[in-house]
Amino acid sequence: MAFAAFSNDKPAKDSSAQRKTGPIVLALLLPGLIYLALFFITPLISLVITPLQSPDPSGAIGIYINDVNFANYATVAIDYLPQIMRSFGYAFSATVFALLISYPVAYLIGVKLRSRPLLQRLMLTLVIAPFFISFLLRTIAWKQLLSDDSGFVNLLHTIGVLAPDQFFLGTDAAVIFGLTYNFIPFMTLPLFANLERLDVRLIEAGSDLYANPRHIFTKITLPLSMPGIISGTLLTFIPIAGDYVNASRDFLGSSKTSMIGTMVEADYLQNLNYPSASAMSVLLMGVILALVTLYVRRSGTEDLL
Amino acid sequence: MRRFSIGRYVLPVYSILALVFLLIPIVYTIVFSFNASTRSNTVWEGFTLNHWVNVCSRQDVCEALNNSIIIGLVSTLFATILGTALAIALVRYSFKARSVVSLSLFLPMATPEVVMGAGLAGLFFNIGFAPGMATTIIAHVMFCLSFVVVTVKARVQTLDPTLEEAGADLYANPRQVFRKITLPLLMPGIVSAALLSFALSFDDFIITYFNSGAVTTFPKYIYVAASRGVPAEANVIASAVFILAIVIVLATQIRGALKRAKFAKFK
Amino acid sequence: MAENTRVAGADLELIDVRKDFPGFTALDDMDLHIPAGQFFALLGPSGCGKTTTLRIVAGLETPTQGQVLIGGNDVTSSKPHERPVNTVFQSYALFPHMTVLENIEFGLRQRKISDYEKLAKDALSLVELSHLGQRRPQQLSGGQQQRVALARALVNRPSLLLLDEPLGALDLKLRRQMQIELKAIQLEVGLTFLHVTHDQEEAMDMADIVAVMNKGRIEQMGAPEVLYDRPKTAFVSKFLGQSNLFIGDVIDKNASAISIEVGGNKITVDKKRAEKHTGKIAIGVRPEKADFHESKPKLSADHIVIGPGEIIDIRFTGVSNQYLIDIPNVGEVTVFAQNIGKSPETQLGAKVWVSWKIEHSYGLADLPDGTEEV
Repeated sequence: MAFAAFSNDKPAKDSSAQRKTGPIVLALLLPGLIYLALFFITPLISLVITPLQSPDPSGAIGIYINDVNFANYATVAIDYLPQIMRSFGYAFSATVFALLISYPVAYLIGVKLRSRPLLQRLMLTLVIAPFFISFLLRTIAWKQLLSDDSGFVNLLHTIGVLAPDQFFLGTDAAVIFGLTYNFIPFMTLPLFANLERLDVRLIEAGSDLYANPRHIFTKITLPLSMPGIISGTLLTFIPIAGDYVNASRDFLGSSKTSMIGTMVEADYLQNLNYPSASAMSVLLMGVILALVTLYVRRSGTEDLL
Repeated sequence: MRRFSIGRYVLPVYSILALVFLLIPIVYTIVFSFNASTRSNTVWEGFTLNHWVNVCSRQDVCEALNNSIIIGLVSTLFATILGTALAIALVRYSFKARSVVSLSLFLPMATPEVVMGAGLAGLFFNIGFAPGMATTIIAHVMFCLSFVVVTVKARVQTLDPTLEEAGADLYANPRQVFRKITLPLLMPGIVSAALLSFALSFDDFIITYFNSGAVTTFPKYIYVAASRGVPAEANVIASAVFILAIVIVLATQIRGALKRAKFAKFK
Repeated sequence: MAENTRVAGADLELIDVRKDFPGFTALDDMDLHIPAGQFFALLGPSGCGKTTTLRIVAGLETPTQGQVLIGGNDVTSSKPHERPVNTVFQSYALFPHMTVLENIEFGLRQRKISDYEKLAKDALSLVELSHLGQRRPQQLSGGQQQRVALARALVNRPSLLLLDEPLGALDLKLRRQMQIELKAIQLEVGLTFLHVTHDQEEAMDMADIVAVMNKGRIEQMGAPEVLYDRPKTAFVSKFLGQSNLFIGDVIDKNASAISIEVGGNKITVDKKRAEKHTGKIAIGVRPEKADFHESKPKLSADHIVIGPGEIIDIRFTGVSNQYLIDIPNVGEVTVFAQNIGKSPETQLGAKVWVSWKIEHSYGLADLPDGTEEV
């Protein structure tokens, strides 16, 4: 998908035409697939089954017995509804903002800068540069820059956007800000990969056929960049929905901005409530699988990777 | 009539602003690595090179860095080997259930880290495997695998199959074709995949947090230190990694550009 | 340590070869025999199966049915690296990560030939590129790459050299030059060449034997002059050069000739140059063998005269003028007249008769596509 953006070459002509067969296929596939089965499929299955367990009769914390108890799923869906709604709300907002910010940049680099490949590569490098600094430190940097006594907050106080006793950190806005920032490269790269292959002659043709710039964008560019938008949206929305660092109290959030991930971490590592944590994870995964299925139905599996 | 189109400048200006926005935290991090702070690195107290010179004066930071590097190298090794094999199979060979394989390789990339982290932790707990270096490495290989496959796959697709046919035509048996033709030509893609894998592993937090037990990695160290104040040494390490990464990327770009210029001369 | 001993070419035999792909049959009942030391051209339009044939000989595809014999040995189940065959690919397939010299050395080193470096240098000088040994393929022009691909194959002295449209990407002048060089090399080294192409001029120029392929089978095979002078099927007559075809029922037959009637004109062909002697047949003549006259000519009995018709188009091609003459109830007839000094002697619209010698007619075994059968 997006990672082909970094390849300098174009695909060879029709390599799908002559695919070979032979026993070597197994040798190539099996190690990786077995690894996948052991360390991805099995954990997922385990996640689905664990919530069916019941607390040990002895009452000891962290001990559970095998059971078929659907109570956990129900409890989690009800008790943690605020977190669920908040997570998807944040994810949706951050994705939209990331799209709005990334699209023009991706367009500039992918379309307008095609004649200057060196500049194009340089700008692309700058876009993914944030990747190279630990994501935690990036978030901490914003935490400091937007802290209660920072210039930014003072400005907001001065112009009256915030009341004197209100601050930025700990609000929904701060968390969404952090999420948007951290995941912009995830949106920009797929958009770029798509826009880079945009045939400019189609835009010229539109112009030749009397379309004004607005129409050209809405009727030609936008529909053609849809695959990039969709894959960028997926690549952004999904990890954001599961993130909990940005929303954490130690970073940009507060106890009022907890997300699904926060609850999973708390339940799993602190409360040792494995069934509950697994149930939340399964719920999250379920929504995401639904989204991915919609995508696959539309575009098929060949282009996924 | 000359039309001064302001539209021409909107896009570049906007993009430059966006890029500046993206780079602010990086600049902040690098600047504060020079901060003469003692405990908490939140307020600027003066310029010093001390932290750069004595990076490992705080042993825990360097130990975390060490662990991250080891985990990164080992996971990259395994992820690259497994992933390259899968990529070659996916592009070059026909087999049944290829869409199932594609999908199962895509899913890890679409799975939120909490889910994978919790799932793996649950698995290790159920089979009685105590969390530590081994579990961390296993987890890292897992989430890097798909990215390796994607990157190498893109490279395999650019490989002209006729070249391998030419090799066979010139008396090389399949193993020799792989060693002398396929592998050398795939190398740039494999190297990119390895670099990507290492970067992902190095920066990973959530999955590591669930599966590392007592082992501290660099991101884990920062997370734990976040509540009381991240020391400037962490900034130093992060800045050094950043500079190294940028240098590598720029070097590859420049090398590629020089090569193209060299070839163009002869045409 | 092996020596580069193979010197003489070997013969190639395809027996009853059939190749099916999902959805269509590429080769149907192919029988082919190329004697050793010959320059053999496999000619046909795209999709006719010529590249598939080449790949089966090289071992890059296995036939669904049938056998492949090289020098009398059955190689049908042998892998490409086991066959004494080398290929010059259409895209050259030069290894981009090796220098030109390393490319040429490749086959020799795989076969563990001891003095590979010297042999490679010799091959390079044979194609006149000695100074480019250390370059990478990407740094060479198309023509140079083609010569390297040739050297890389030739240096192995294969019993059989396969060329897959190797001159396609070259411009006209370079192509002509390479055609001459290829032919010279083949004669000098004495190898068997199998050259696949869709360019009929190239095939006729270079080959000792030409086989015209259509839809998975060989329609006609023989020396270029024979094929050109006496095509046996409508496809061959149209593919190799141009043809005027006249279709009619046989109205007259004697000991030596057959005639048909078309639009009031009698068209005759010598019996020994006609494939089919009864029913509805097609008789053809090459445009350059025909002449046109502005008044009805009085010619001896061994000529055919048809007409009158009107010149509806004149095309100037430098060497000749091509006249398109429309004869009512007959159709459009093309006549080539060599440009001897003057510009078109006759103008558009002129009323002319067309004539040619009976001995230049040829009778086809089938009718062109689209004609109704009897």
